[in-house]
Amino acid sequence: MIPAPFEYHAPTSLDDALKLLGSLGDGAKLLAGGHSLLPALKLRLQSVDHLIDIGRVASLRYVREQDGKIAIGALSTHRAIESTALVRDKCPLLAECAAQIGDVQVRNRGTIGGSLSHADPAADYPAAILALEAEIDAASAKGKRTIAAADFFVDMLTTALKPGEIVTEVRVPVLAKGTGGTYLKVPQPASGFAVVGVAALVTLDGSGQVSRARIGITGAAVKGYRALDAEKALAGKKPDAAVVKSAAALATKGVETTGDIWASSEYRAHLTQVYAERAITAALTRARG
Amino acid sequence: MRKVTITVNGERQASEIEPRLLLVHYLRDVLGLTGTHVGCETSLCGACTVRLNGDAVKSCTVLAVQADGGEVTTIEGLAANGKLHALQDGFWEEHGLQCGYCTPGMIMAASQLLERNPNPSDDEIRHGLEGNLCRCTGYQHIVNAVKHAAKKLSAAR
Amino acid sequence: MASNPVIPKTIGTRVKRREDPRLITGQATYVDDLRLPGMLYLSVLRSMYAHAKLGKIDTSKAKALPGVVAVVTGADLKGKVGPVPCPAAMPELKMPEQPVLAIGKVRYVGEPVAAVVATSAYVARDALDLIEVDYDPLEAAVDVEKAAETGAPVLYDEFGDNVAFRAPVANPAVDEAFKKADRVVKLRIEQQRVIPMAMEPRGVVAQWDRGQKSLTVWSSTQIPHLLRSQLAESFKLPEIKVRVIAPEVGGGFGAKLNVYREELLVPYLSMTLGKPVKWTQARREDMAATTHGRGQVEYVELACKNDGTMTAMRCKIYADLGAYLQFFTAGIAGFTSLLMHGCYKIPAIAWETIGVFTNKMSTDAYRGAGRPEAAFMAERMADEVAAELGLDPVAVRRKNFIPKEAFPYATPGGLMFDSGDYEKSLAKALEIVGYDKLRKEQAELRKQGKYIGIGVSTYLEICGLGPSVLLPPKLKAGGWESSTVRMDPGGTVTVLTGASPHGQGQETSFAQIVSDQLGVGLDDVLVLHGDTAIVQAGVGTFGSRGTALGGTALVMALEKVKTKIKSIASHMMESPPDNLELGGGNVFLKGSPDKALPLAKVVEAAFGMKAGIPNLEPGLEATSYYEPNNCLYPFGAHIAVVEVDADTGQVKFRRYVAVDDCGNQINPMLVEGQVHGGIAQGVGQAMFEAAVYDESGQLVSGSLMDYAVPKAAMIPTLELDSTVTPTPVNPLGVKGVGEAGTIGSTPAVVNAVIDALRPLGVKTIDMPLWPEKVWRAIQAAKGGKS
Repeated sequence: MIPAPFEYHAPTSLDDALKLLGSLGDGAKLLAGGHSLLPALKLRLQSVDHLIDIGRVASLRYVREQDGKIAIGALSTHRAIESTALVRDKCPLLAECAAQIGDVQVRNRGTIGGSLSHADPAADYPAAILALEAEIDAASAKGKRTIAAADFFVDMLTTALKPGEIVTEVRVPVLAKGTGGTYLKVPQPASGFAVVGVAALVTLDGSGQVSRARIGITGAAVKGYRALDAEKALAGKKPDAAVVKSAAALATKGVETTGDIWASSEYRAHLTQVYAERAITAALTRARG
Repeated sequence: MRKVTITVNGERQASEIEPRLLLVHYLRDVLGLTGTHVGCETSLCGACTVRLNGDAVKSCTVLAVQADGGEVTTIEGLAANGKLHALQDGFWEEHGLQCGYCTPGMIMAASQLLERNPNPSDDEIRHGLEGNLCRCTGYQHIVNAVKHAAKKLSAAR
Repeated sequence: MASNPVIPKTIGTRVKRREDPRLITGQATYVDDLRLPGMLYLSVLRSMYAHAKLGKIDTSKAKALPGVVAVVTGADLKGKVGPVPCPAAMPELKMPEQPVLAIGKVRYVGEPVAAVVATSAYVARDALDLIEVDYDPLEAAVDVEKAAETGAPVLYDEFGDNVAFRAPVANPAVDEAFKKADRVVKLRIEQQRVIPMAMEPRGVVAQWDRGQKSLTVWSSTQIPHLLRSQLAESFKLPEIKVRVIAPEVGGGFGAKLNVYREELLVPYLSMTLGKPVKWTQARREDMAATTHGRGQVEYVELACKNDGTMTAMRCKIYADLGAYLQFFTAGIAGFTSLLMHGCYKIPAIAWETIGVFTNKMSTDAYRGAGRPEAAFMAERMADEVAAELGLDPVAVRRKNFIPKEAFPYATPGGLMFDSGDYEKSLAKALEIVGYDKLRKEQAELRKQGKYIGIGVSTYLEICGLGPSVLLPPKLKAGGWESSTVRMDPGGTVTVLTGASPHGQGQETSFAQIVSDQLGVGLDDVLVLHGDTAIVQAGVGTFGSRGTALGGTALVMALEKVKTKIKSIASHMMESPPDNLELGGGNVFLKGSPDKALPLAKVVEAAFGMKAGIPNLEPGLEATSYYEPNNCLYPFGAHIAVVEVDADTGQVKFRRYVAVDDCGNQINPMLVEGQVHGGIAQGVGQAMFEAAVYDESGQLVSGSLMDYAVPKAAMIPTLELDSTVTPTPVNPLGVKGVGEAGTIGSTPAVVNAVIDALRPLGVKTIDMPLWPEKVWRAIQAAKGGKS
């Protein structure tokens, strides 16, 4: 219940935060909303020498439309993403995903940058971020770079972020007409994390064929992933129930699904396929408008 | 040690605290506001819920230093001018509590719920309170209590 | 009594709780809210191993940390404090000694190994990380059935094996009935371990007064008086030198019906250090080291005729005791076996109960304590009989109910059921849920591939403990309860009750009883409890006994006070006492409410002594102790309607109807609240909750991240009603209701899920009904394996 002592820093600009992160090195850890880090510190599963609280870096807190995309500052809370009209109207998949994270209090504090950086394998965002092919900006004292969602999640609790880097912005597309998406989740009844979460995003062409399908999956494996085989099985097809079912059956192909008390590896794979089918079906309904 | 100034229930409080001090311990141990309870260490039970700058938050998962410069409302500050808040009244009227331990957090979470959704359905109340556990009531009377308050508040509007 | 327009009768009405104003405004004081000058803080280091030899414990670094006042280990305490008292007594029971801090060995994850006292809770916690402990891990005995076998890792070398007791009750009539049976149905039932998880974790504050040589202990307990007796004995102090206070207590559910190691450790350290010491349990500590509930594996067999008549029942129960014996650890399974027949007229029963030590936290009372297990057995078996014979589960129940004419009913286990009308509550529940229509709808939906299930549970339980002989002989309390009624000179009434409510609402329901009996307003009554320096001897709140026993003691004390009031008024009104009645704040002549004397005048006379009444003893006060001559047997019918997603195994509620009968109701709102909460816990066991230990004895579900206490959206809308079958056992006609919901609900839910899947060939699924288990049962049945 009680974290071990640490030095506390509260920079108010990104530059100051980056400088601190660069100079304090390995013993330093960033605090955003704190909803992954603080529980770990309290349980003493983790300890830090220096805590850099970036919560006061106001420049990282925004949601706006920019060059045909929705740009989301890393410090935007799940609540902001769930409730901002821009996201709800133009990228409802992401709003739906944010709305299913944890609980109300957690969503009020937790941030998209913090959640992505923590890379919990059962977090909700990875599914949506992958399906939306989001771009993630990371800054360090050396400069700024953009990481594609597909490259971002490396392993359990491990991302492509290098030491000294801070996620600054996440960009998702504005969804065009003919595109439908949804996020469906089996919440773990105790923690609320995803036993399995599936984000499906499909685009139909004028003839009703799938021109593009993106399926992001979380909870099922050590990291979020794209169900590429399932996507391929949909592409170019008239998506009737049989097509959807056989595509969904590929949702865990080549993936080692994890097991815990709530779902064995076998059941988790099965659940992923069932939820993939349901998510694709729902996404198609929306795409048909 | 670090100096913080936090406005709690309308009063500015200046204190010098350890950075690791949790907001809930700041409220309970530094300010003596023991109405906010601790029920777990994993941010799940919601017993420690307070309003921070308007948001319902789990004060066990916020450092007091993070609240520096902010405004906190706890259960002790909910009743205005000695008059019970509609939710406090609702919980009393509808027997929305038994042992009372989860109650302050539950009421604070419900206060946000009703601000965001003044006329919630049963289902919306149940989902809106997913961050708060109660072991006594089976939630039925809590749902009734929130509805009671919603009615009263909308009648007053 | 004559009705009175001024102060209406309150019994039977939904009076708002008098407890609530302090609770809804954050003004109540729980143990952790106490702040005493000079207070020190205790933090406990707990074993990470389920079973290990303890080697060297190095506390030097912890002791060197600034702010640390003391660090103690088992070796430091040996001979000074402990062992933890346990009143359990059964023939040939193996009784291990439970030290306050582990000595030689640790036997469960969470067992206290060392303790730090520091000037702040933060420093005390920091110091734990600086204690170095050498463990030599041993293989753990985790599975209860395997632990009972020879060759299993043994917890206590001195005992030779892990079987703490074996209680076989053979019955030749049972063997005979099974031989003659048309059919025999069998089930293996797992009553998984669950964690009580009161919202307030346990906590203790102790203050040793050096001048008075007296000890004050605040504890989050259901049994302040019992704790005082045990502390007095443990510390060799006279009871007058020990005061125990149970302040606001944030739920108990049986898990605070015990004396725990910390309740000895904290006072000991306060006495040693001469300062107040506080210990507040963290949630994970609570989950690992506060008693668990249930924990049984049962093999049940039921003999019946082709028409569904049940003729005999037998069971073998493995009781997973955990590593040490707490107060009722060894006794819980006894309730299960005694009541295994539920509300059915089964002439012959037999059982074998095997208590087994395992490398886990002790099990003990948890809301229902042995009766949920019994009701589950009876109700699951009733459904199995129905399935075996192709009968409706309701018809099987009706065929076997003990009829209402049969009460008082002597059970085959030797109990005497007080009163009951099982058909009445069942009929009401069936009507509310629309049973016949539901069955038709179910058949229709099945055709569409939808799996709807209707689960019926007509439970029965035993409560209001109870005649003192039923409690463990060495327990420093009986089955009675006490009450004092004291009228104050200003006309208000103070009630002291030995019951120790912690959410049940007796500050309100007892005030209602006083108000009705004396004709004073509710606002003029104060109910005090939970402080041994204020309240006369008492027992506590558990086993649904608060109102039935404490309420009856109150009525008895009120009778004495009323007698005195009437005797004084008789002088003042010049009318014989028998001619007088109380009501509306007056004493009046029977049949002539206008000929009234204000009660205040009587009180004035009693305290002022100026009315010149000869031989009058001043004051208006009486104390009564009530020892019941029987237990109480509430009952009811719960019906759950569920829908199972056969693709995923997920279960959704469609309806939940409960009709409970707890006899007369003092405050129906409080009764509802008790039933609601009970149902949520019963549903929790059926669907979500499990204390999962892995093979090495690690508690996998040891935090709220993995232990699923139901959230609001996981519990259905609860549709409640009741029937009223008063008990003849007490003058209020009340039975208990605290545990009823828990007992009735679990089998209703499981029966519903099995009912939904019966067409697929599913016969049983172990609780909790997690989706994967349901899905696997469906797969196995489809594959013809079930």
